[in-house]
Amino acid sequence: MDNDEIRIKMAEYQVAKPPHVLVTLGLGSCIGLALYDKYSKVSGLIHYMLPESNGKKNTAKYADTGIPFLIDEMIKLGAKKRNLVAKIVGGAKMFSFGDENSVMNIGQRNAQAAKKILKEEGIKILAEDTGDDFGRTMRFYANSGEIKVTSYKRDELII
Amino acid sequence: MVKDDFTLDTIQKDALKEVGNIGAGNAATAFSEVLDRKIEIDVPSVQIIPLEDVSTITGDEEDHVAGILFNVTGQAPGNILFIFPSESIRYLVKVVMDEEIEPDEMGEMEVSLLKELGNILSGSYLKSIGDMTEINMIQSIPGFSYDMAGAILSSTMISASKTGDNVLLIETEFMDGERKIEGYFFFIPQIESLKTILNALGLDNNG
Repeated sequence: MDNDEIRIKMAEYQVAKPPHVLVTLGLGSCIGLALYDKYSKVSGLIHYMLPESNGKKNTAKYADTGIPFLIDEMIKLGAKKRNLVAKIVGGAKMFSFGDENSVMNIGQRNAQAAKKILKEEGIKILAEDTGDDFGRTMRFYANSGEIKVTSYKRDELII
Repeated sequence: MVKDDFTLDTIQKDALKEVGNIGAGNAATAFSEVLDRKIEIDVPSVQIIPLEDVSTITGDEEDHVAGILFNVTGQAPGNILFIFPSESIRYLVKVVMDEEIEPDEMGEMEVSLLKELGNILSGSYLKSIGDMTEINMIQSIPGFSYDMAGAILSSTMISASKTGDNVLLIETEFMDGERKIEGYFFFIPQIESLKTILNALGLDNNG
């Protein structure tokens, strides 16, 4: 493992500058949302679990509280909000029972929450690798802004 | 309204442990019959854990495992999840189908085998709990995933937890004598179901 790797578990976030690599392992229905300012090279990643906090306090666990919080933390480290771009990974549906109804699953709702909040914040999504039925590990390189997504069911992907 | 934070006293915990024990004991017997070898179970643990911590309960997040998931409906809804690590899959397939395969290359037959084992275990688990508590529980068809443990565990538990904070797990590990077959069995009752189960055992959940 790379010594510069910083692991981000569920309901955690991290902001960093090069040479760090922000890593989340085994994303299922959760989302790994990466923000990047290519000028200051400030990177941020949040591993949230659910779309809405409904007043609960664990900030990084929910998209609606976690994403604005991550933006603020990146600004503190020198990022400019107008430079930020986003990439999102995860939001899978790991199990299927063949009798799905029209209610959106948590993975889909998580991905949709990212899009809604980023739109409100005026941040463009450059790339996404979401949905499907498999788990993902992501490595976000602060020097390039690239993300390497690895999964068991598919070849490695760089977004 | 269900509270976000709930606790169990020692008596309630012991009662759930006993429920888990009886369920898992019968499941292990059924499993032994299918495999024609002795399968043992550990004393079940009853845990209320924060959702943030679930992805590593069986080991590393990136370990490849098979997950077999059931939705449980009826009077005490919830979920049942089995996790088989890849070494166990290799061995299970060998014992039952007399085949050597790498779990990464499982085909339809091998997946069916694991689903069917899940069906048998889950069925006997629920039946014995049903017999003991007179609570009617029905299991869905199995959902299957072979993937990273973290992805399987987190997705299952997040869906299972109504409050999004904690999840109640009745966990049992089972293994054969040589520890070539190991697996994890999770019964994840909804919080409302917990109340139903405790009531049926004569212990209410007001504490």
